[in-house]
Order: sequence, then C-alpha cells, then structure tokens
Amino acid sequence: MLRTLRREWIGYLFILPNLVGVLVFLAFPVVFALYMSFTDWDVLTEANFVGLDNYRTLFTDDPLFWTSLWNSTYYVLLTVPTSIVIGLGLAVAMNQAVRGITFFRAAMYVPVLTSAVAVAFIWRWIFNSDVGLLNSLLYRLGLPSTIGWLTDENWAMISLAIMAVWKSVGYYAVILFAALQGVPRSLYEAAELDGASSWRRFINITVPMIGPALLFVTVIAVIGSFQVFDQVYLITNNGGPGTSTYVYNLHLYNNAFQFFRMGYASAMAYILFAILFFITWLQLRIGRKRASGAYDYA
Amino acid sequence: MINTTIPDATTGTAVAPVPHTYPRRRFRKVGNKIFAYVVLTLMSIISIFPFLWTVSTSLKGPGEIFAWPPEMIPNPPVWSNYAQVFETLPFGRFFLNTIIYTTAVTIGQLLFCSLAGYAFARLRFPGRDPIFYLYLATMMIPASVTLVPSFILMRWFDWVNTMWAMTIPGMFGSAFGTFLMRQFMLSLPSELDDAAIVDGASKWRIYWQIILPLSKPAIAVLAVFTITAVWNDFVWPLVMLHDRELYTLTLGLASFNAGMQSYTFWSGLMAAATMTIAPLIVIFIFSQRFFTEGISLTGMGGR
Repeated sequence: MLRTLRREWIGYLFILPNLVGVLVFLAFPVVFALYMSFTDWDVLTEANFVGLDNYRTLFTDDPLFWTSLWNSTYYVLLTVPTSIVIGLGLAVAMNQAVRGITFFRAAMYVPVLTSAVAVAFIWRWIFNSDVGLLNSLLYRLGLPSTIGWLTDENWAMISLAIMAVWKSVGYYAVILFAALQGVPRSLYEAAELDGASSWRRFINITVPMIGPALLFVTVIAVIGSFQVFDQVYLITNNGGPGTSTYVYNLHLYNNAFQFFRMGYASAMAYILFAILFFITWLQLRIGRKRASGAYDYA
Repeated sequence: MINTTIPDATTGTAVAPVPHTYPRRRFRKVGNKIFAYVVLTLMSIISIFPFLWTVSTSLKGPGEIFAWPPEMIPNPPVWSNYAQVFETLPFGRFFLNTIIYTTAVTIGQLLFCSLAGYAFARLRFPGRDPIFYLYLATMMIPASVTLVPSFILMRWFDWVNTMWAMTIPGMFGSAFGTFLMRQFMLSLPSELDDAAIVDGASKWRIYWQIILPLSKPAIAVLAVFTITAVWNDFVWPLVMLHDRELYTLTLGLASFNAGMQSYTFWSGLMAAATMTIAPLIVIFIFSQRFFTEGISLTGMGGR
C-alpha cells in the first residue's frame, strides 16, 4: 500500500518524449504566435515590433478581413444547425432500428473518413453545371437544372455547405447514437404508459438525457466549420465567384503563404482563437442553463 | 444529476396502462420502425452514391463522360485511365511517401502516447495533474492558430520541404493520443500493478508486459485515428512541401488541376481520387469496431 502511494519520479521518464513533443510543437507555437502577431515579419527581413498595428489594420483597413469573417460565419450558420439536426435524426432512426446498424453506421461514416481533397473533387464533378450529376438528376426529375452550383455567387456557399453536411452528418450521427444508447429504455416505457407522445418523449427525455453529447457535438462543429479551408481552397477559385466563398482561413493562408505577412496572419489566427473561445464559452454557458432548466422541469 | 431527477417526473404518475390502446400503439411502433429504416437506407445511398459515381467516372472513356443521360456502368470499362494517372504524375511515389509518413507518425504516436498515458493513469509524480490539464488545454486550441508559428519552427530547424517536417512533429505523439490512452488505462484494475510490484517487477516491465498488452483495443483505436488523420492531411503538406518527389497523395491529387488535358481530366481525376480513398476504406471495413469503440472511449471521433 505504501509503495503504491509513494511518489514515483520515474513517471517523468514515461511522459518525457511526449511532453517534449507537446511543448515544442504545440504549446510553444501557440505562445509564439501571440508574439508574432505584434511584429511585421515577412520571412525575408528582420522582424520589427509594431505593437497593435496588425490588429488595427485588420479592423480598420482590410475590407477582406470583414468579408471573410462574415463568409465563415455564414458558412457556420448554414452547416452547423443542418448537420446536427440531420445527425440527430439519423441517430434516433438508428436507435429505432434493430438490424443492419453496423451497415448503416459504416455507410454514413465513409464520407467522414474520406480526405477533404478527394471529397472536394468528387463534389466539383457532381456540382458541374453542364454535365454534373446533380443537374442531370434534377433534369430527370423535371426540376430546374440550370443552377450554377459553384459559378453562381448566391449558390456557391450553399453548395459548399451541402458538401460539408454530406461529409459530416455521419460523424454526428455516430456520436449521438452512442449517447442515445446510454438512455435507459425504462424512461421511455414509463413515459409511454403516461401517454406521452413520441414528440414529447423526444423533447422531455431524449434531448435532456443526451444533452452533454449534443453540446459537445455543437461545440466541435462550430470550431471545425469556422476553420473551413481545404474544400474552399480546392473547389473555388480563391474564394470565388467574386468573394462569395472567401472564408477566414483562406485570407489567413493567403496572407501567410502568398504574401508572407507572417505577423499579420498570426494576428488573424489570434482573433480567430478569441472568437472561437468566446463562442465556445457562450455555448457551454447556454448549455448549462438549458441543462439546469431541464432539472427544474423534472 | 440528470439520472436522478428525470425518473421523478414519471414515477408519481405511472398508473396502469389503458388496455384498449395497445394494438394501435403497437401499430405505430411498427410504423416508426419502417420510417427509421427508410431514412437510414436513403441516407446510406446518399452517402455511398457519390463514391460509386466516382468509380464509374474513373472507368469512362472521353465520349461516355459527357454522355446524356449519364450512365452508371461504363461499357466497356476504360482501365487505361488508371495507367494514365501514373504516366501523368509520379503517383506511385505519392503512395510511397504517404505510406512512409503515415507509418512513422503512427508508430511514434502509439509508443509515446501509450508511455505517457500509462504514467498519467497509473503512476504518481509531482505535477502530474497540472501537466495533464495543460494537455487538455492544448487539445482545445484551433489548428489554424499553430499553423504559421509551426511553419516558422520548421524553418528554424531547416526542415521545410523535407521528410522530417512530415514525420518528426507527429512522431512525438499528440495530447489527444495520450488522453485516449490514459482514459483506457484508468479502466484497468489497479490490482494488476500491485501484484506485479509484489513480484518485484519494474515500472517499465509493468507497462511493457502487463498494461500494454491489455491496452490493445485502445492502441487499435489510436492507430486507426492516426492513420486516417495523417493519410488525409492536406494543409500541413501544402505548407511544408514544394518538391513533387515529397508529395503526399492528397497533395498529388490537388496538383492534378494543372496536370491534365481537359477531355481526360475528369476520368483521370476520379481515378486518382479512387486510389487515394480506397486504402482507407479497406482499413475501415476491417477495423470498423475500433472507430465506434474509440468514440465511446473518448466521446469524440477521429477526423
């Protein structure tokens, strides 16, 4: 007993390689990015300390910053609610089904584990306005089939969102399904005996019971969607048509690796960090309030 | 909290059921089930169909690609599209590079994360918990924040446009991997260690001969997550690599844009996409349960 309680310094040896990795390749870059954001480093010349200049320029003198910020927000608003609602629906459906869950789960998970690059090209082919699958399908169904999915300024972002929802619903469905399986069946049976409709059972039992998983999925979805880059970079012509899909991380990437404004890009990264931190904090707060609301009701 | 309060809502009012509503309820239940199957089947088709379409396109000749209405099964299948991918680009080289990067990172990740996970879960040492909180904090940092400073770090090390940039940073293991291993190792009974200590086994032997073999499920989970992440990664190789000789599959696929003539463009692109995706899907088919286990273990999935 005493031996197990003794402090075991050898623990440091076990964590050492991993700790070095986390400190050097993760913790240090985070701190360093903050310092960088106060400089004007351009890779070629010496870095000068410029104070808050980068931030000032971003907020007051860079219209593309605001455009990209809005575009990413629009993308989050399009994708997150849609994919979570559909994911939850699929999870509930899987919870109803008895046979074939392994198959359904696997089928929905394939888009999740496919590389964003491949997905982007596949969908560029599907969205092709002349010979693409989508317009052919609409044509066969007798629906309007001349939409320029990726060439029309009003549709381009929506098309990207459709693609993202398609790619991610399987992920949300699998996580939420795992949470649903933890809800005791007896709760539903009791509520059913009380004559609660399936909608009421869903709202009063399912949602509060899987609340933490739902909250987690929402937080992950917002953080992930706000940082969308791969698909936009590959599928659109630098955020086009016009600036309709010019998202935040594309602006960040261009500044860092096209214009080599490393300090400026670091400032953008930190603004993103602050935004995501605030949104996450807000979500957790609202989530907690909702949860306690559920207790009150109970 | 929830577990204790929700039943209260029902216990007080759970009276005897009304018998005559039973058949109707039964009927509605069957209806719900049928609806669930319809939804799931439809979603599975929507999920899988684009991939079938990709394979189909990859086997079409120039004439069939733009055929109206489009056909699903190409006749005859044009296998030369695949050969053409290898002629246009060093796709074999991309494959080899991706396999090297993925293998190196996965081996490092499994070793160092299991070591650290063991220490965090089953050893006591000063500062253990604060260090673990630091790990949890780093897991919440968005990837875009570290992209620029990591690039600068790689420049200092002179690793830009080398294999080292693609392997070394990942080989030390991640905070997420350590978190996953720790969660699993916490669930193993502590009597295992006590018995081994009585027998005079060192910490290293306990890790290597007792805990690690018992952690195979968690190791498998971390392996599939890591393989998927490295195989699919795009931004890091995009920023790090300039020479085509070092490209990964994803980067090679992305460079297709410029490489092909327009009439064979789509079929070649889809052939390349098929080859990029296929290995992961094969791995997934054989290891599906590890993905689901990993999700219930950590509450999150590999992406």
